[in-house]
Amino acid sequence: MSAPGTASNGLGLGIRSLGFRALLLTVAACSLMVIDHRTARLESVRVALSFVVYPVQMFVDAPPRAWRWAKTTFAERQELLAENERLRREQLHASAKLLRLEALEAENRRLRELLDSTARISDRVLVAEILAVDMDPYRQRFNVNRGALDGAYVGQALLDANGIVGQLVNVAPMTSEAVLITDADHAVPVIVTRNGLRTIAVGTGDHGRLRLPYLTNSSDIEVGDLLLSSGLGGVFPAGYPVGRVIEVRRRPGQSFADVIAEPAAALDRDREVLLVWTGDKALPGLPEAHDTDAPAVDEPASAPAVETTTDIHSSGSTHVADARGAP
Amino acid sequence: MRFAPILSVIAAFLLAALPLPDSIVAFKPDWVALTLIYWTLTAPPAFGLVSAFFIGLALDTLSGSLLGQHALGFVLIVYICGKFRLRLRAFPVVQSTLIVAALLAVNEFLLLWIDGIAGRTVPLGERWPPIASGTLLWIIVWSTFDRGREHAPARL
Repeated sequence: MSAPGTASNGLGLGIRSLGFRALLLTVAACSLMVIDHRTARLESVRVALSFVVYPVQMFVDAPPRAWRWAKTTFAERQELLAENERLRREQLHASAKLLRLEALEAENRRLRELLDSTARISDRVLVAEILAVDMDPYRQRFNVNRGALDGAYVGQALLDANGIVGQLVNVAPMTSEAVLITDADHAVPVIVTRNGLRTIAVGTGDHGRLRLPYLTNSSDIEVGDLLLSSGLGGVFPAGYPVGRVIEVRRRPGQSFADVIAEPAAALDRDREVLLVWTGDKALPGLPEAHDTDAPAVDEPASAPAVETTTDIHSSGSTHVADARGAP
Repeated sequence: MRFAPILSVIAAFLLAALPLPDSIVAFKPDWVALTLIYWTLTAPPAFGLVSAFFIGLALDTLSGSLLGQHALGFVLIVYICGKFRLRLRAFPVVQSTLIVAALLAVNEFLLLWIDGIAGRTVPLGERWPPIASGTLLWIIVWSTFDRGREHAPARL
């Protein structure tokens, strides 16, 4: 702001000119971009600017929020009753499934102890709402209403009820910016449940499609194969659905097959997502997920830190072993 | 009216953040760039290079682009506008529209170019509709607002 002005006092004419200031600001912009692209040092600048942008985001998100509020407030009694009934039934199903799952989890832990393998600690989650704010239309990004104050961190995985949604790329105090797994610059390490084949699912820029570009023509992949996160990248927790293969084309002239998968999560219909704390990030000491409407805050993971440091690798590789062993 | 420039920039930010239906989202003009161009051409220019720079940084934060990406584009736009202010103001609508279209194209090209250098994938075809819609918008704004402004002193 005052840099060119103060400099001009000592250095004489020309320095206050429009061209000189434009040059100076251009250089400033370019260096900012280089620093921002190469390092993470501009986090504080982004945080400061996010306070300017926050009111804009809240204002734009207000009408949809008000509409949702009005819809629930003035909903018909019958509708509410029907929805309540449906939810109650779903809840019953889910809790019955959970009972079985808990038994399985206990068994799994016992077996892992027998095998002398590290235990997978359970993940901690927190519900975040997606803000109805338009970002760069050329990239698949969105904002959520949770930030550093809620304990969110860069690289944190986002899930919905059906599978993996994406990860956080920028965290401001009260909001965060997330990138979808279908963004053209995003990739998820996955594993095929049928045979334990490991590969990488790359986004296409289209909400309904993921590409698996690193599978050769001879690799064992079929339409309908379920892809789970393998946990190998260390970002996404292992074992959550990523997508299902919908198209496999093997062209004899090329060494790689064209494999397209459909994301498991309802990427373009979600209104709420779950932030997941995994691995050593799930340990107590971080701000507790105190949200009252968080549905499933798992048992506070009390595994000692020594075990969790190797969690990512061991769980990923044992997962592969498990899946291969299955018929 | 003293706050009109700032209010209009805030409005432009809101419009930029407003979610649009998929069918027309590709045609969303660069509201902030248009607002900056307009206020650079008014009698005392409302925004200088430094404010353009910081407005660009704010837009970068809002849209999640690299910090400095929009700032660079806006500094360039405001510089060119400021340099040729008097000529641009005297031009008839057709000529000024052509120049504004060129400015918007330069801005888009810069964004595209930086995305390319940073290794971000960008669908090339979707970059041009905003220029068209922005230009159309400019014709409307320039012929309604500034015609009146130009003629008023002439009558005095």
